[in-house]
Amino acid sequence: MIKLFKYFTIIISFIGLTFSTAYAGPKKVGFIYIGPPGDHGWTYMHDVGRKHMESQLGDAVTSTYIEGVPENADAVRAIRKLASSGHDLIFTTSFNYMDQTLEVANEFPNVMFEHATGYKRADNVSTYSARFYEGRTIIGHIAGHMSKTGTVGYIASFPIPEVVRGINAFYLAAAKVNPDIKIKVIWAFTWYDPGKEADAANTLINQGADIIVQHTDTFAPCQAAEKAGVLAFGQASNQEAFCPNAHLTAIEDIWGPYYAARAQAVVDGTWSSTDTWHGMAEGMVVMSPYNSKLMSPELIQEAINMEIAIKDGTLHSFEGPIYNQAGELVVPEGQNADDGMLAGMGFYVQGIDDELPQ
Amino acid sequence: MTNLFPTIVSRAQSSNIMNIFVPIIAIILTLITGSIIFSLMGFNALFALHTFFISPISTTYGISELLVKATPLALIATGLAFCFKNNIYNIGAEGQLTMGAIFGGGIGIFFHDTNSFWLLPLMIIGGAIGGSLWAMIPALLKNKFNTNEILTSLMLVYVALLILDFLVVGPWRDPDGYSFPKTRPFSDSGRMPLLFDGLRIHIGLIITLILIIISWFVFAKTIFGFQLKVSGFSPIAARYAGFNQKILIYLAFGICGAFAGIAGLAEVSGPIGLIYRDISPNYGFTAIIVAFLGRLHPLGIIFASLVIALTYLGAEDAQLFMQIPAAVGFLFQGLVLFYLLGADFLVKYKFEFKKSK
Repeated sequence: MIKLFKYFTIIISFIGLTFSTAYAGPKKVGFIYIGPPGDHGWTYMHDVGRKHMESQLGDAVTSTYIEGVPENADAVRAIRKLASSGHDLIFTTSFNYMDQTLEVANEFPNVMFEHATGYKRADNVSTYSARFYEGRTIIGHIAGHMSKTGTVGYIASFPIPEVVRGINAFYLAAAKVNPDIKIKVIWAFTWYDPGKEADAANTLINQGADIIVQHTDTFAPCQAAEKAGVLAFGQASNQEAFCPNAHLTAIEDIWGPYYAARAQAVVDGTWSSTDTWHGMAEGMVVMSPYNSKLMSPELIQEAINMEIAIKDGTLHSFEGPIYNQAGELVVPEGQNADDGMLAGMGFYVQGIDDELPQ
Repeated sequence: MTNLFPTIVSRAQSSNIMNIFVPIIAIILTLITGSIIFSLMGFNALFALHTFFISPISTTYGISELLVKATPLALIATGLAFCFKNNIYNIGAEGQLTMGAIFGGGIGIFFHDTNSFWLLPLMIIGGAIGGSLWAMIPALLKNKFNTNEILTSLMLVYVALLILDFLVVGPWRDPDGYSFPKTRPFSDSGRMPLLFDGLRIHIGLIITLILIIISWFVFAKTIFGFQLKVSGFSPIAARYAGFNQKILIYLAFGICGAFAGIAGLAEVSGPIGLIYRDISPNYGFTAIIVAFLGRLHPLGIIFASLVIALTYLGAEDAQLFMQIPAAVGFLFQGLVLFYLLGADFLVKYKFEFKKSK
């Protein structure tokens, strides 16, 4: 009987809680994650961003997340669950939540949505992404100097513009240093699968790659590189702790300030639908400390100078002349690729010895 | 002196009543174990169980979502029952589902600018044929070369997924989709009509119920159902009675593939509306648990599909309201299966502490 009573109080207080938050008090911010925050990569950095937002806004917001949400019809249910449980602002943090986000947003016009890396917007749906490719230019430059075999292994996730853009930016920078450099690409067709990512790294190493670059979510490739005694770049977060003798640097995704600003806008009632694409200049893309055990001081200085040049706009990742694989001029001399071309990039630049999955 | 380790002895007669109660016992034991785990994690066990098993279905939308999730599981599990009853271990329903989505969905993509009443029925038939053809491969290999269908059907899952990859990245990619790997959306007449406004539950539920009732009839009332059962229990008796085991294998695989294919088509033309790589959250594999939990009986399968679907929904609520990791949902599925197999074993066998001589 006492237990039954306890049970009831819990439910009633719970219902009370839901109602009270619906009318006043802190704004509720929800996140949809594709992996677990423990991936120490993509999802981890979104979770770091979430915590940053909480610490910045204090009592003005509370936040929750649902992790491991598949990129299919299940995502609608998870997003809708956040929307229907009183959340005011919802971040969906993977590309393939795009249509699902719009579907739920259409049903909940008073809830604000933010979809990472997508291109479809609505009155209550913003999109945001980072110019990760700026970091690729720097690691490409480093790889051009550091690779002894002249072969770089690249673990790619899906042949979407964001990933193709990264490969191109990396190759253009590497080839400027070493015109003979070769890139071997493995398409893992997953964002989050530590086993598959490590397998891909080992395959590439067996094919002669002495530097591993990745566009997937975990530190597994870097660990595989460490074991095999070759070099690697971390992805999304500083992964040096997992592979101290392989990790040259990493391209870090810094979402915290953006999340804090967008949540603040909801608190202030000034939120509106936008498309944000920030890079190094705005601090959304940051390079991890360069590994001084592996890199010469001169090379580290070059990398730092490139960061400065990218920030002040004197260096662009896609400076003409750029040719595609068919040899056609796509960016003329003296010009940079515009955002429209970058956003829909579906071709390799000339010199990449691989075929895009068609 | 008694032996420290008991010997395992087959029971002369396993209790029929116990056979029916085993799944219920397994679920009760799962709930008890679950409460212990929640308590150890520092949560109020009753609150946790409420969040997990009751809060997801406390709204109309929640019940509709439960049915959205349970429908493909029940349909595939019923198909699997045709195989499992005959001791054919078709593990590849996920691949058959994928092929159904490709064949049926392919028709939808080809006719993406057509709006006619015949489109959806054509897609459903396409889905059934696609799944069925894919299931014919392990059946053929088993009949011709006596291969192990567990291996062949499982490996064909990955082949099917790669074909799907190839299609959505390559020839079927949406020309207006910024080269992202997904197809164009189906036209409205290529979508499963919704049963209620604002809920995602669609006509696939009705199709599934009809197919389950037909399956029940086949199992209970037809010679084919009887043949499946007999050759499952005793292949020698079946041969003696003159049943053609090869034809039974083709039929069981074919029906199972058709059901899985329809489930795949219903997923893409139902809640999704187009095709991309990640159409199924492993429905084809989870349905294996559902089939056994439901004792390969249509009614039991309906019940089991609801229970397993609930573990998915509950895992989301538990994360949202209690910050419990997503893995707890899979833990519950694992517990159910563990207790089910354990209880099954104890119904068929007993331990005896024999005196050593």
